[in-house]
Amino acid sequence: MTALLSVAGLSVRFGDTRVVSDVAFDVQPGECVGIVGESGSGKSVTARSLLGLAGRRARVSAETLLFDGTDLADAPARTLRSLRGRDIGYVSQGALVALDPLRTVGREIADSLRLHTSSTPAQRRARVLELLAEVGIPDPELRAAQRADQLSGGLRQRAVIASAIALRPRLLIADEPTTALDSTVQAGILDLLERLRDQGTAVVLISHDLAVVSRLATRVLVMHDGRIVERGPTADVLGGPRHPYTRRLIAAVPTDRPRGTRLTLPAPAAAPAADPAGSRVVFGNSGTTVVDVAKTAVPTTAATATPEFPKKAVVTARGLTRRFGARLAVDDVGFVLERGRTLGVVGESGSGKTTVARLVLALDRPDSGDVQVLGRAWSAATERERRPLRPRIGAIYQDALSSFDPRQTVGQIVADAVTRGRSLRAGPEVVELLERVGLSEAVLRRRPLHLSGGQQQRVAIARAIAGRPDVIVCDEPVSSLDVSVQAQVLDLLDDLQRDLGLSYLFITHDLGVVRHVSDDVLVMRAGRVVERGGTEAVFSAPQHDYTRELLASAPRIRASLAIRDGGDLDSDAT
Amino acid sequence: MTALSPARTRAARRPRAVEVGAVVVIAFLALSALLPGLVAPGDPLAIAPVDAFQAPSPSHLFGTDESGRDIFTRVVHGTGASLLIGIAATAIGLGLALVFGLLAGFGPRWLDFGTTRLLEVLFAFPGLLFALLFIVVYGPGVVTSTIAVGLSTAPGYARIIRSRVIQVRTSPYIEAAVVLGRGRTLRIVRHVLPNVAGALFVLATLGVGQSIVWASSLSYLGLGAVPPAAEWGAMLSAGRTYISSFWWMTFFPGLFIVLSAAATTLLGRALQQRGRES
Repeated sequence: MTALLSVAGLSVRFGDTRVVSDVAFDVQPGECVGIVGESGSGKSVTARSLLGLAGRRARVSAETLLFDGTDLADAPARTLRSLRGRDIGYVSQGALVALDPLRTVGREIADSLRLHTSSTPAQRRARVLELLAEVGIPDPELRAAQRADQLSGGLRQRAVIASAIALRPRLLIADEPTTALDSTVQAGILDLLERLRDQGTAVVLISHDLAVVSRLATRVLVMHDGRIVERGPTADVLGGPRHPYTRRLIAAVPTDRPRGTRLTLPAPAAAPAADPAGSRVVFGNSGTTVVDVAKTAVPTTAATATPEFPKKAVVTARGLTRRFGARLAVDDVGFVLERGRTLGVVGESGSGKTTVARLVLALDRPDSGDVQVLGRAWSAATERERRPLRPRIGAIYQDALSSFDPRQTVGQIVADAVTRGRSLRAGPEVVELLERVGLSEAVLRRRPLHLSGGQQQRVAIARAIAGRPDVIVCDEPVSSLDVSVQAQVLDLLDDLQRDLGLSYLFITHDLGVVRHVSDDVLVMRAGRVVERGGTEAVFSAPQHDYTRELLASAPRIRASLAIRDGGDLDSDAT
Repeated sequence: MTALSPARTRAARRPRAVEVGAVVVIAFLALSALLPGLVAPGDPLAIAPVDAFQAPSPSHLFGTDESGRDIFTRVVHGTGASLLIGIAATAIGLGLALVFGLLAGFGPRWLDFGTTRLLEVLFAFPGLLFALLFIVVYGPGVVTSTIAVGLSTAPGYARIIRSRVIQVRTSPYIEAAVVLGRGRTLRIVRHVLPNVAGALFVLATLGVGQSIVWASSLSYLGLGAVPPAAEWGAMLSAGRTYISSFWWMTFFPGLFIVLSAAATTLLGRALQQRGRES
């Protein structure tokens, strides 16, 4: 069987920086090859350079870049254009913005038909409706006439896939096709891709999410720093990873790991390149940077068992209701958060979990019900009355960067929090706080914009703990981080909870994360709490249908998955 | 504004040749404005009827006018007045705009509504027409024309400042400051004003050039500085009669108006770009 796509010696450089080096792989017709790696590993650039879309500044070179006998490396732009869309479909990263906001979905999809085939408008229209139905969009007639902003994220993603498969391409390149989507929607998209694969479309699936890749791919390539560090059949790579980077990547996935286990491995290699200052600390005045082995030590019962703190309610919410127009965003939500414990709030986008966070932070007032913090009136109080209590309740957000004043340096941000707004000068306390969250003194004078995502979140955590809070509201704090950085941040939060006796209200859509961090969990849907209880109880024996659906849709690494037939597993051992 | 490719943030951009040129022009203008005697030691008002209408030559670099006054000396000595009018008018415009913008951005909703409508009405007038109206009421002169230019540029600035204030006020970092327990005053002083000021500084540099042109236009119409005062617009106006025979009388004052406006605008744009990149 000859390969549909065969790549050898592919390198991409931007100026002097090599972002992809010597990448080689084959894709057989009807098979799915997964490319896994963290941001900056070069996986997206690899995909784009296959299509000649690497960008103007990119210098692409390859020994072999053959698609079905056509040499893509030396192909003129015209040849590439006729291949794109017709023979090679591309679902881009951030497909949520890949649709033109001014045109209807129907026209958007009809475009590729118009460009690559001779057909009448009526034929095209019929085909568009067919495609929309095929990718599982209900009411295709209605949806085809709508614009992107009238569709939900999942529908938009399906529409983008519909336009990519409009001409039955033999190869579909999907770059993070489900990253921004809720887990039930994600499951639907993966089903769709699976069906396409089974119908004979070759798929190159790019993702940072091992679980997504393991679901579809017969073979996996693990990329790190622009190189393929490990490759092989999915089951072998995920079941018995050989390269330390792959091992770290798999260990960092919080899915199914109970509370109290560490996500970062004890090996010195646990300081990943993605976040160099991340897991190092600077000791004293000597200034020597050492990998903090103690902090990333193997779990022992002594280190991970949650010490007993006096059981006392830190935050209580009763009958919270918040209405936006006619929509009930939060409907009769109540809970008690005790000292030293973590309450996970899980739900899909639009379930009202962020509104709950805003109500608890008193950034918004409930229409009815109330919140008490440390036994005192909170949502019912005036802002002036709340102010003295404010330092006791911290917050970290999904997008740490936008929560910092862009004109302030890290030192100023933390100093402001330490001195309760009196000064912006960074004293020894600031350095101490930064060390506590695993950042070195060197970041003091830098602006958050120039830090990595993990470092930014650490700064946010330093700011949140500066006021010696009792509780921190965490709104999707790790959702935009790579899996290994996510693991470090979760471990850090765990350490701080143990050392400082913090309580967390932890809001996330990620079931793996919530299971890993929470003692108790609330499952929210359409503003209501549909299920609550101890985390293990809810996860092992879900009572509500919705919880069951949510748990079933969550992708997991299927390490023991049976090797599928169809693909020639050793085809890339050239 | 925040999403950046890492390549652009890594190295500061080297200044372009035109930007260097703009800085050189501004330095020369500043020197002429502060120490005109050093650049052109003559008396700008000294008449010498014998030397009338001399073409540019080594002894009279820019030639002479109908009364034999050295145009180079007059242009250099006029720099101070022109720049002062430009800067003062911009300051008046921005000052007013800041008040309106902050009121609209921070005040209650009805105040925002009121100011915005008022600004829209003002905006409907062409700026120069508004300035003319003001001068018709308060009489011509350097001071009134400066105020007039300032007033007529204010609505444009105010709109930009208002939207910037609202953008900053509703940003996640202001919310983060609320969560940290910062009061309203501290939020305004520490976060809103500094972040608005950046935009303001760029606006000001861009505005000076425009104000110089406008003030010169008013002088040219005889509504600002009046001849024989050494002011670029007034000189332009005086040379108008002789434009077909003695081009240098209008050319050099005009050249300086263009140069100063272009230089400040270029600098403003460069600052704007730099602000976006850092």
